[in-house]
Order: sequence, then structure tokens, then C-alpha cells
Amino acid sequence: MIGSPFVQREQNSVRRTMIEVMIALIPGTLAHAWFFGPGILVSLLVCGFFALFFEGFALLMRGGAFGTMISDGSALVTAWLFALSVPPLAPWWLYAVGILFAILVAKHLYGGLGQNPFNPAMVGYAVLIVSFPNYMTQWPGPAHLVNHLPSLSEAFDLVFAGQGSVSVDAYTMASPLDTVKTLLRAGVAKRDILGNPVFGRLSGTGLEWVALMYLVGGLYLMARRLITWHVPVAFLAAVIVTSAVLQKIDPGHNMGPVFHLFTASAMLGAFFIATDPVSGCGTPRGKLIFAGLAGFLAIVIRSYGGYPDGVAFAVLIMNVAAPFIDAYTQPRVYGHAKGGKVGR
Amino acid sequence: MTQPIFSFPGGLHPADHKAESNTAAIVPAPLSARYRVPMRQHAGNPAKPLVLPGEHVLKGQAIGCLDGRISATVHAPTSGRVVGVESYPIPHPSGLTDRCVVIESDGRDEAVPASRLDWRNLAPEAVCEELEDMGLVGLGGAVFPSHIKLEPAAGIETLIINGAECEPWITCDDRLMRERAGEIMAGVEIARHLLGAREVLVGIEDNKPEAIAAMRAACAGTGAKVVVVPTKYPSGGAKQLIELLTGLEIPAGKLSTDIGIQVFNVATSYALWRAAELGEALVSRVVTVTGHVARPGNYEVRVGTPIEELLQLAGGELPGATGQLVGGPLMGFDLEDTRAPVTKGVNCIIVTSDALFPPRPRAMPCIRCGQCALACPVRLQPYEMYLYAKAKDLDKAKAYNLADCIECGCCSYVCPSHIPLVDYYRFAKSELLARGREQRAAETARERHEFRSFRLEREKQEKAERLGKKAGERLEAGAVAADDPEAARKKALLEAAIERAKKAKEAAPPPANTDHLSAAQQAEVDAIEARRAQAGTEQTVADKT
Repeated sequence: MIGSPFVQREQNSVRRTMIEVMIALIPGTLAHAWFFGPGILVSLLVCGFFALFFEGFALLMRGGAFGTMISDGSALVTAWLFALSVPPLAPWWLYAVGILFAILVAKHLYGGLGQNPFNPAMVGYAVLIVSFPNYMTQWPGPAHLVNHLPSLSEAFDLVFAGQGSVSVDAYTMASPLDTVKTLLRAGVAKRDILGNPVFGRLSGTGLEWVALMYLVGGLYLMARRLITWHVPVAFLAAVIVTSAVLQKIDPGHNMGPVFHLFTASAMLGAFFIATDPVSGCGTPRGKLIFAGLAGFLAIVIRSYGGYPDGVAFAVLIMNVAAPFIDAYTQPRVYGHAKGGKVGR
Repeated sequence: MTQPIFSFPGGLHPADHKAESNTAAIVPAPLSARYRVPMRQHAGNPAKPLVLPGEHVLKGQAIGCLDGRISATVHAPTSGRVVGVESYPIPHPSGLTDRCVVIESDGRDEAVPASRLDWRNLAPEAVCEELEDMGLVGLGGAVFPSHIKLEPAAGIETLIINGAECEPWITCDDRLMRERAGEIMAGVEIARHLLGAREVLVGIEDNKPEAIAAMRAACAGTGAKVVVVPTKYPSGGAKQLIELLTGLEIPAGKLSTDIGIQVFNVATSYALWRAAELGEALVSRVVTVTGHVARPGNYEVRVGTPIEELLQLAGGELPGATGQLVGGPLMGFDLEDTRAPVTKGVNCIIVTSDALFPPRPRAMPCIRCGQCALACPVRLQPYEMYLYAKAKDLDKAKAYNLADCIECGCCSYVCPSHIPLVDYYRFAKSELLARGREQRAAETARERHEFRSFRLEREKQEKAERLGKKAGERLEAGAVAADDPEAARKKALLEAAIERAKKAKEAAPPPANTDHLSAAQQAEVDAIEARRAQAGTEQTVADKT
């Protein structure tokens, strides 16, 4: 029996929600293409293809409403977030492996849409950075700093043929976070590093613009009421506070809050990754704790961990804690003295 | 001093569809030929029929009386002859039938003699006793008997009059406030007097400017204040309106009277005025008929009027009509049968069509997007409750405060996965209710069983004691009789007979009840044995699997 209510919000569906997220990702993606060449568009296409392929495979294996589920857009959002997290211009099979783990393992083996305890895109990223670290550091540099950024057709060659007319050295460049990690570890003084042209006004050259465009996209999501302020604010505040404290403790080896705040991965994490409702927290206080700790961990891992970036691992670690945090941060319900813990 | 307005969390701004039905004045419905008056029109126990077929009744004559404390009197809507007391479809979410008194109108519409109630000079208790016979119930939808809510209670500070009418499509309160504000406020004054309330706040949503103006004019000089609240569903929920007007929440498990507040709907206040000042029992109400009908509007309808007649009054359903809703689209229910009568709780009939009410799309998995939690006016986490209700983990659903859900439908409305969330909560609530009943029944059964065992044991003991006592007496008697030779001979004979019987018993097995059977009986026994054998093999198969 279907009872009341007999009305529902118009233009409202999972598909619509996913489309809004993809719309919000467009500015950041375009900024990336502007500064680092059209390679990102190729990797996006490849990731999208594999995402739909594995999603379709899983849906057929599991049975159910194939048409509705395949067109819900969730696999494409995962693919898009994944593509923005890994270097463009890598061989196609690398994307296939990452997406396979994101869609088949992290999503469908756990029960599919709405059931995954871990952020699928971040699982894909983590598998690749652990398994293929060399490919994961080959980021293209900004156009004015490298010899030759591959054109669209050259990008296709690189991705599908593995080796094209362009050599890897012609376009790749250590990313700002890599530079910080390797050179600071090697004992180079921070003020010498900062002279490196890979650093721009705020953070990495070009990347700081990508970060700003992610911020724009994130604000769009907030304006559309698809995300609340809690996660981005707590995440970014934790990034600022943690990096400020670490810089205070060891100014010679740690970058400051502005640098960390305007890295692309921090903005992507704050507005698009940590806000994933399925793997994150749902209560207002839970969101603050979840995102605050994720931001804190991201900077700690960046500063002391073995990998240049820490956003993905920070989010995955917090994903484990999300249900626990939710259970202890239930809002105060109408007429009750206080909120808090739900009995186990 | 202006009255402060507070707020409540969540809520919706759905298309309000008020303009369809709120432009024309209330139209009195003509007399029907036949009325079916349900005995269940209020919260609590249904009324007990007072009339028999063949009896002649007058308008306003009681035809059903209170049954228990929470119940209400039911009256004849017009004069005529009772032609039956029968089960008939009533407007109820269950779609079930219920007992109705059927009255064939005689067309004269003669009323019982009415007299004004001197409510100012009578003791409040006496007034309430009189009102008990008037059949007043909350006309906002909850249909709780009003005479109980009007009983003088200690410490009622604030009387809130609910004119919010927050559900889309419904405009009966809007029209009533525009046209009969004076009478409503006169009724409010009676309620204020009976309850001894210090302040009166009339809450109206800001999408009803005409009603606000009319009520403001009627309030002038009475001390009552009209408070305009922002249009946001469900501001007309009693808890939400209290929160809006006072900033107070009713503590869980308590009543509004526990925090010194009583709430009445505007239509109930109007009915109270009619009952007290005109001596008229509640036999009619204003009903909005809207949606996919020719002439949407508001009609003053007698209780018992078939809904199909009401639809005809509104010009009939337009082509493409798909059904009818009773109440608003957010908390109302699907009408099973248009022959069902209008009751005191029916405030609105909406004729649906696919264009006005597109069918709910197929449900997708929950993505925990949290839109439901943002929309919930009582700050629940609906997606968690859904998860546990679906898994039938009732204890967990309860732990997430399922009991506090007011079933307003906000969560279902905003869900991008189109999950019928409230259906899951209604299911879980009814399961919890059933489980509670079962537990109580099991508890009672256990107690009964224990008592029975105790009683049997006690009886056995008492019997043993009695027998022991008797045996002792006989032994004494036997000792006395031993001297008598006749008695000794008899005793020897008796002992020999017992000995013979014992031997015979040992020789032959005791007869079984299956020894001397007719052919038919034997066949039946064989069939049963065969079934038993089969069940036995099935049992083993089941055990193996």
C-alpha cells in the first residue's frame, strides 16, 4: 500500500542529484584543461567508459532495474572524481584497474548504490598509488613551464598506445606537493624551494586556479542545497589550523596554511569527496567531526607520511569511523532533553 | 508590543494550490435524501447507536452516545426516519466499513428544540457536561473529543487557535475565517473562559491575507492576538504551531496542557460557538472540494452526506480523474469508495488526476543524501529509521526515536530516491504496537498458567488431605466392625471379588478406543495415519534441508 504523501518535489531524483554534482565539477575540470592541457578530458572519457562498463556488468550480474540504475549517473560521478584525482595521460589500463576497484570492489561488492562504506573514487586512487606509484607521480606541468603539452590527439596516443610522439619528460613535472615532499626531505631549505616556478601566488601554479574553481563548484552545490556547510567548513578549517600549527612547530620543513588550502586536492576533498553522503557522516555534529578529523589527517599525512598527498587516505580512514560518529552525534529530537547516543 | 515569532526546523514549501478553491464563498449543501452517519467519527471509542430502524428522529437528536471516556456523541443531521443501522464504507485510511445509522430524510429538516447555554454563569464543569452532548470534536483533522480538551485544567496559560491551514489545496478554514471571524472569536472566548487561559494567540499563515484581516478585526478589543506565521508546511501541526508561537516544545510523552497550552482549530471554535450560543450540536462542517473537479470550492455539508453527492455539487469530476484524496496531499489518504459519507474529520476532498498528482516514480536505493533529515520538522534522521524499519530491526528504529515521527510526509516529499519513507514508519510503528500487544498477551497467559498450576497443585494437596482424613475414619470404623461376623463375611467376599478383577485385568489388555470401530471410522483413522506418515517424511525432508 502506498500512503501519504501523494506529492513529491519536482525535478528531483538520484539522477538529477548526480547531474548537479557533475555540473559543479565542470569549472574545475575546465581550469585543469586550460592550465595542464586537454589530457584530463581524455582520461575523463576513458574513466567514464570503464565506469559504465563495470557498473553495467555488476548490475547485470546482480539483476534488477538495469535501465534506471545504469542511468542514475552515480558511476559517472565516481569516474569523474577519480579522474580528477589521478594524473591524466597515463596508460588506459591504469584507469581500468582503478575504476575496477572503485566500481566493482568498493561499490558493488558492498551492495551497490548507497551501500559502500568507503568512497569508491578514493579506493580506486589508493589502489593505484600503492600499486603503481611511478605512474601516479607523472603529472603534466603548467603549459608555460614544460616543453610541450600534448594536444588532444597526442593525449589519445599517450593513453591508448602508451607511447606517442611526445616523451614523458616533455610534459611532466614534479607537482608542488611532490616537490615539497622530495626536496624538503632531501634537506633543501624551504625558502630555496619556494623560488621554484611550480609555486604560484597561493599554492601550485595553475593548480591554485583549479582549486578556486573547485571552490566555485562547491559553492554551487551549497546553493543548490545538495551539501550543507558543515563538511567543507570543518575540513578546510582543520586544514588551516593543522598546517598553521605544524608550520609554527617546524617552519623550516612545513608549508603554511595558504599553500595547503589552495591545493586542488584539498578543495576537491572538502567539497566533493568528504561530502559523499554514503560513506561520510549524516548528522550535523557528525559531519563536523568527520570532516574536521579528515582535514587534520590529510595535513598530517602530507607532512609526515610517505605519500605526497594525504586527502584520499584521510577520507578512507574517516569512512571507517563514520557510522560510529553518527551513532554518537544524533541530533536532539523534538521534545527530548538531549540528543547523543543511539543505543547499540 | 508585537508578538515574537519563533521557528521550527525543516519543513517544506510545496505549491499551495489554494487559489483554486478559496475565491468563492462557502456554499450550503442542499438536503440529501439519505444520510449515513458513522458511529466512528472521532478519536477514541465509536459511539453506541441509540436508535432502531423505524424510529423517527429530529435534526440534532442524539443517535449515538458516548462509549467510555474518550468518545463523542453523534447526532442526526436532519429529521427523518431511521431505516437501518448497518456496516458501510467510511472515509478511513484502512478503507474498511463501519457501523452507520442510515436516516431517510423527510424533507422537513425539523430540529430538536435548542436553547442557549449560559456558559458565563454556569460552573465550567457543568458547561463541559452540557458540551459532552453536543458531539464537538477537533475539526482540524485529529477529531479528538473537544469536551475533554475543554475540561478546566490547572495552569492553562495560553490558548492557541490554529488557523494555519498549512496543507496544500485545503481552504475550508481560510473561507471560514474570512466569512465568520466574529463567530469564531466568540467561540474562542468561550474556550478561553472555560480554560481560564491568560492569553489567546491565533496563528495564521501569511498566504491568507484576507483571513488575517478578518480575524484581526474580530480580535480587536478581545485581547486575543493574531500572529502571522511564515508559510511553511507543517506549521499547522499542533506541535509546530506551538513552537512557532511560543518557542516551546512539548516534552516527549507529555501533552501540551502539561506546559500550559491548549490548541483549538478555528473550525472547532466556530462549532463551539454554535453549540453554546445556538444550542446546536455538531452536524455539519465546511469541506473543501478541489482538484480535478468542475467547480472547486467550499461547501457546508451535513455529516453523513455521501461524498459522491458532494462531488456532484462541485460540478462533478472532470475527465481524466484518477481518484480522490481525503484531507491534504501530504497527510491525507486515498478514498476507497465515493459512497462513503462525509464525517466530522473530512476537511477536504481532492479529486486527483495524473497531471495534478503524477504517480510516484519507482523507488531507488537510499543514497543517504540527508535531504530527509533537513526537511524533518522534529529533527529525526529519517534515512536511519528507514534502514532499520526496512530490515524490521524494530528496536533500532525505536532507538532512532520512531515514536516521535509525526508522519507529516516531509521526508517522503523531498526524497530523490522516491522512497515512500512514511509508509515504512507506519509499518514499523504498527509492528511495534502489535509486538507490545503480543508481549502483554503472553505475559497475561503466563500469569494465568502459573496461577492454574498453583491452583491444581493446591487442589491436589487439599484432596490428598481430605482422603487421608477419610481413610483414617474408615480404618477406625473397620476396627469397630471386625467383631461383627456378617461384616467379616462381606469383607471376605469383597476381597475375593477384587482379587478376581485384578487377575482378569492382568490377563487381557485394556480396551483401546479404536477397538470397536465402524467401517467409516476405520477409513478415517487410516487416512489420518497416512497423512501422519507423509507429514513425518516431509518433516524429515524439511529437517535435512
